[in-house]
Amino acid sequence: MTKYIDQGKNDTRSGFGAGMTELGRTNPNVVALCADLIGSLKIQTFIDENPERFFQIGIAEANMMGIAAGLTIGGKIPFTGTFANFSTGRVYDQIRQSIAYSDKNVKICASHAGITLGEDGATHQILEDIGLMKMLPGMVVINPCDYNQTKAATIAIADYEGPVYLRFGRPKVANFTPPDQKFEIGKAVMLNEGTDVTIVATGHLVWESLLAAEALETQGISAEVINIHTIKPLDAEAVLKSVKKTGCIVTAEEHNYLGGLGESIAGMLAKQHPTPQEFIATNDTFGESGTPAQLMEKYGLNNKAIQKAVLRVLDRK
Amino acid sequence: MPEIEKLQDFVTQTRRDILRMVHKVNSGHPGGSLGCTEFFVALYHEIMTLKDGFDMDGKNEDLFFLSNGHISPVYYSVLARKGYFPVAELNTFRLIDSRLQGHPTTHEGLPGIRIASGSLGQGMSVALGAAQAKKLNNDDTLIYSLHGDGELQEGQNWEAIMYAAGKKVDNIIATIDLNGKQIDGATDDVLPMGDLKLKFEAFGWDVLEIKEGNDLAAVIQGLEDAKSRTGQGKPVCILLYTMMGNGVDFMMHTHAWHGKAPNDEQLENALSQNVETLGDY
Repeated sequence: MTKYIDQGKNDTRSGFGAGMTELGRTNPNVVALCADLIGSLKIQTFIDENPERFFQIGIAEANMMGIAAGLTIGGKIPFTGTFANFSTGRVYDQIRQSIAYSDKNVKICASHAGITLGEDGATHQILEDIGLMKMLPGMVVINPCDYNQTKAATIAIADYEGPVYLRFGRPKVANFTPPDQKFEIGKAVMLNEGTDVTIVATGHLVWESLLAAEALETQGISAEVINIHTIKPLDAEAVLKSVKKTGCIVTAEEHNYLGGLGESIAGMLAKQHPTPQEFIATNDTFGESGTPAQLMEKYGLNNKAIQKAVLRVLDRK
Repeated sequence: MPEIEKLQDFVTQTRRDILRMVHKVNSGHPGGSLGCTEFFVALYHEIMTLKDGFDMDGKNEDLFFLSNGHISPVYYSVLARKGYFPVAELNTFRLIDSRLQGHPTTHEGLPGIRIASGSLGQGMSVALGAAQAKKLNNDDTLIYSLHGDGELQEGQNWEAIMYAAGKKVDNIIATIDLNGKQIDGATDDVLPMGDLKLKFEAFGWDVLEIKEGNDLAAVIQGLEDAKSRTGQGKPVCILLYTMMGNGVDFMMHTHAWHGKAPNDEQLENALSQNVETLGDY
């Protein structure tokens, strides 16, 4: 199987920060907004280098979304920054009316997504944000898998005209995608070709899927691993091509199975190519306090859980 | 003075437009629309510096944002009669496949509209963003916005009001339509908001009042006064005292016509009080 090397654990939010630093130097229209979480979003370098293009909004996320919408009128490309919970559920109607329905070129950048936010617990973790955002007409939803890809995605979305939800996380995780990659919105990345089962993962679960595929290989199971960094628009073609070969699929995400990547894929497959599917996702539940690793274990969101799901789905072929 | 008389013709014609638009589809919000007619006519015909044509970015021209989007009839009429789109299109208000949606939207590409509004409380934040974009662009034109008084019950406004003063956004003039009424009754009965002048001032705004918000000359004078106060480090607020349903005797002094259309007979009565000036659509 294709070998991937962890270039050194890093957090995806730092990838976002690095992407913002580059955008600050290359795109004069990019502006950043933050609701009192500069350190968490890793955007201090952007602020130091472009103080006039940074707007500290204070703890007022609704106002931040409206201001971002307004800044587009005049040609700015606003990137908003706060935790995923406060980037979505807290401000759903502001995003819906002032950004999505108004088709404003706002990039909603959401850190600390999912359960790996860890010890702060369920008030700050969100496992519903992909669903909330993908339901909005015209909203692009992206969940990159590591530092390098988050940096590339951050840079890429500045060149896309329209609202984008960019989701990333808090913990340091394996950094294994190429540093110089070109990020193509809506284009799945084939990580490992296989013949027995398709594993389609997004975000932090991509690395876990590669680990699972490695372990499965030793059991004689050939797993195809696809990184779907863009949940909407979904690269249906890549998924269809794969399941037509393997005949079954496991989807993996750090999100509720209701509203997530797996649901999008299930809906697409139901219409185009019904396929046995297992879901690695949380099961309609809130999170809780704990270390990221403990939580991923408890809620069945790691490489071991993926291996078990593969065995289940193979039985259903 | 003749200039005022000309503008008064716009006011009267817009009242007719409002009444006929909501009557045709038996829905929409005539009360607040009629109350703000003088404000809209003054703003678009006398106060704002506007470029020919329409582009979304609106650089180097004054911009207006309507936060209380339900008074779309007055907005549509004034935009149409200013030349943003054909006056005849007012005939499509709230109909299927129309660009004149129940509440204003950019979604259908109607010229003159830069943000969707209707879900209340969002417009001031948007206006502040546009104001800050102007500053980044070294564009010294102004941002105007209008908000209902009842709308100030939405908390997001107070985030925006705090931000505007704290960040010295002094190229914005936010007007509050103080008609004292909302759907369920008087604002003082639904949720008393206290002294709005003191509240805005306490947040750091420069506040002026237009006591006669349905007197065209007073509205123009007040808006000119507000303009002269921009660029001084403080956002500017106008408390505009208006009469909901103004210009139609049976629609005044009540909140009943907030979101209700007149029937045939009522329309005839209302139109007889506002004789055609510039030609019905």
